[in-house]
Amino acid sequence: MTAHLPVLQVVIPLLAAPLCALVRRGRIAWGIALATSWTTFWIAIQLLARVRSEGPISYALGGWPAPVGIEYRIDLVSAFVLVIVTGIGAVVTPYALKSVEREIEAAKIPLFYAAFVLCLTGLLGITVTGDVFNVFVFLEISSLSAYALIGLGQDRRALTAAFQYLIMGSIGATFIVIGIGMMYVMTGSLNMADLSVLLAELGPNRTIVVAFGFLTVGISLKLALFPLHLWLPNAYTYAPSTVTAFIAATATKVAVYMLLRFFFTIFGVVFSFDVMQLDRVLLPLALIAIVTMSLVAIFQTNVKRMLAYSSVAQIGYMILGISLASVTGLTGGILHLFNHALIKGSLFMAMGCVMYRVGSVEIDAMRGLGKKMPWTMAAFVAGGLSLIGVPLTVGFISKWYLILGALERGWWPVAALILTASLMAVVYIWRVVEVAYFQEGPGEDSSIVEAPLALLIPTWVLVLANFYFGIDATFTTGVAGAAARSLMGLVP
Amino acid sequence: MSPALILGVAVVLPIVGALIILALGKWPNARDAAGIITAGVLFTLVLRLVEPIRAGLRPEYPILEVLPGVSLSLKLEPLGLLFALVASFLWIVTALYAVGYMRGHHEKNQTRFFAFFALAISGAIGVAFAGNLFTLFAFYEAITLCTFPLVTHHGTPEAKKAGRVYLGILLSTSIGFQLLAIIWTWQLAGTLDFRDGGILAGTASNGVLSVLLILFVFGAGKAAVMPFHRWLPAAMVAPTPVSALLHAVAVVKVGVFTILKVSVYVFGVDLLGTLASTMWLAWVAATTIILGSLVAFTKDNLKARLAYSTISQLSYIVLGALLANEMGIIGGGMHIVMHAFGKITLFFAAGAVLVCAHEKDISRMHGLGRTMPITFGAFFVGALSIIGVPPAGGAWSKWFLGMGTLEAGQVGLLVVLMVSSLLSLVYLLEVPVRAFFSAPPEDAHRGDGIQEAPWPVLVAMVITAVATLALFLNPGPFYELMSMVVN
Repeated sequence: MTAHLPVLQVVIPLLAAPLCALVRRGRIAWGIALATSWTTFWIAIQLLARVRSEGPISYALGGWPAPVGIEYRIDLVSAFVLVIVTGIGAVVTPYALKSVEREIEAAKIPLFYAAFVLCLTGLLGITVTGDVFNVFVFLEISSLSAYALIGLGQDRRALTAAFQYLIMGSIGATFIVIGIGMMYVMTGSLNMADLSVLLAELGPNRTIVVAFGFLTVGISLKLALFPLHLWLPNAYTYAPSTVTAFIAATATKVAVYMLLRFFFTIFGVVFSFDVMQLDRVLLPLALIAIVTMSLVAIFQTNVKRMLAYSSVAQIGYMILGISLASVTGLTGGILHLFNHALIKGSLFMAMGCVMYRVGSVEIDAMRGLGKKMPWTMAAFVAGGLSLIGVPLTVGFISKWYLILGALERGWWPVAALILTASLMAVVYIWRVVEVAYFQEGPGEDSSIVEAPLALLIPTWVLVLANFYFGIDATFTTGVAGAAARSLMGLVP
Repeated sequence: MSPALILGVAVVLPIVGALIILALGKWPNARDAAGIITAGVLFTLVLRLVEPIRAGLRPEYPILEVLPGVSLSLKLEPLGLLFALVASFLWIVTALYAVGYMRGHHEKNQTRFFAFFALAISGAIGVAFAGNLFTLFAFYEAITLCTFPLVTHHGTPEAKKAGRVYLGILLSTSIGFQLLAIIWTWQLAGTLDFRDGGILAGTASNGVLSVLLILFVFGAGKAAVMPFHRWLPAAMVAPTPVSALLHAVAVVKVGVFTILKVSVYVFGVDLLGTLASTMWLAWVAATTIILGSLVAFTKDNLKARLAYSTISQLSYIVLGALLANEMGIIGGGMHIVMHAFGKITLFFAAGAVLVCAHEKDISRMHGLGRTMPITFGAFFVGALSIIGVPPAGGAWSKWFLGMGTLEAGQVGLLVVLMVSSLLSLVYLLEVPVRAFFSAPPEDAHRGDGIQEAPWPVLVAMVITAVATLALFLNPGPFYELMSMVVN
């Protein structure tokens, strides 16, 4: 049984999805989704423990050995990302019950959970597989279900947002499949481990350079790297609250994982950074993203949109860590995958609580909520502090490594920019805090009370995780550090 | 309890106190009693650390490792003990005062107020006992966040605006400069521990370390070295007990304490004396001393005047640290104590005038001394200490600071200290002089109804005033602690 955990990680949600669609009863579909998400979380933890004690796991799908068959390969990076994705899934699913009932019409709820579980399947599939074409397949599964999920938003603009994402996402996927195709033409292999050997033997080659370019653009589109982020703000703003919390905390993270996989494992550090000088492209874009998107976030009037722009800035942090191309920087980048999932997950879930009671996440709607919804707003403040990077929160840990990485390279202006962006986060978080705590709500609307526990408990689980992993970061930094060393080709 | 354990308990105790205060919110008397008792227990705990430190013990209390090599840990050392003693003792007095003030002034949300107050004290104790830079920074930021609801307590647009300035300056300096300096130190030295003789010697060029010192000094925004001082006058919108304990003692002293601690235990006095930026920064502090005093002159609002006086006096301590010699450090440390007792007395008196006579402006305090003799008498004693003349404790710290400037061969700085003392003589003594020697204005409807302050307020004020005088007669214990720091 335990030998098959890598494939069960994908198969269980894949089978659960049609089941959700078939039952036609919202609560039962939710029960299936809940069982699935908790099971996958359990599997992910088992896998991580095994990878840490025994090293990478290789699983031949259907018993066909690689490179002919599809190989599922789980190393420290993928196991870590699996834990992030399934962990967020396990927290968001209980939260979904009430939030989804409020925001989505009853008939569509089973389909919603089907799409939700399918999206989870895709994200997990990308992470476990050791086959590049398989990556593309799972990418399409996760993306198509994500378009559907976003389109279910209450606001009719959700449809255009989903359509926009569909177009941009499909362009990205096309670029990726073209890149994969070129690699296949040149090497005749789709297996990642195999590819990395064959590509090294092939030596300098124009087709591979072009493939590299296509993959860079395609993946950057998927992970919303500035200036390819245009699909993201609308998608996050108009999607149902649950979907925003889930996708913001997982989808872009998995895209960053793809970037790590392709550029570090397949192409190799030497080719990506010394020959192709990827860092010269990524670093400026990351810095621009960090500064300009934080600035744009300050001027938003819709809090979900504000957090969406903040996400683009935070993706900049991850890419910055990667483009430092050092163990410390990469550790910071990988850590921020985990930490940002916790931060944005808790912030978007707090906004979901506001949406549930108030029906709007415009900043004006927050007036007086400090008194009326004290726990929800406290969760927002706590998540905001973590986003700012106050010590003893996860945001601080990420920043510590990123700044250390920048200083190691002697790039103190980069360190200064990171800190400046933290201060911008103070501004945009505090705008909400001021409205919530210092302005009186309009009249006595007695219907606005604290959000139900079914929403608050999952939200606070994530909020407390922000502090737990900020106070004792030895686990996350240990895993991220070892993952970074193995990606850099050093002995972990 | 072992001394190491006391360190941990002392940090946690005010947090427990805050929770009790929240739980007792419906019974104001029990709640306020709980606050005062917590403060009392805290002080007796801290007092029990004096013996171990005299015996030469430096117990450590590691809490946990946050990152590999970076841990939260507490460590007892003389400078921290000195600060903890002052903060915990004055908390008792302020707790008493606050009860009288908050009730006399009919403030709202008192439970929230007292709870955050206790949390801020926990932060101050944490800074005092911090065993490394990371721990210090964590508690430093915690204080900023816990005092924000206190500064904006009234919830008015004015309070909101002040809160922005407060948070804006304190967070930008700490995140922008201090955090950068800490990570840089970690990168250079490979450790963040406070060690005798410092950790940075020989790790980088004079130029780099000079920049680092600048980052540390301005990064401690709570020390209010110009041009990062605006948050302190802004914070005066808070209820007076906050201004008294937090913005004259706990919060601001955390800033100068950080600078002292970094000077002694991160750079080390020897290294500090060789850095290019040290003297430059000393003159920035000197400028702050003079400008602070001059601005204080122009303020008619009593609390604003006291705030600028604090800005000026804080830079005495910064200057003491940057003189990089024994006398300067001793003087700086002693001034933490002396200024604390003097300034808190002044704020107590200012609050009493506000509660009883509803007057904020100095120009309207004519003749009030006749109805409120104890209040203005206490103000007079506090003022003497800030000016630095006998028979008040402030005379000692100024003496050592003066000696320090001479030892450093900086006669110019000595002149600065003297000029500032003269200025403070004028701007502080104006208040009691007006109150005692001028006739009440005829237009005012005063006279009826104005009495001396409520008894908790009076008791608190008298305690600190008497302590200020006692510190002149017996500064020995604090001198002893400071000489342990420099040896």
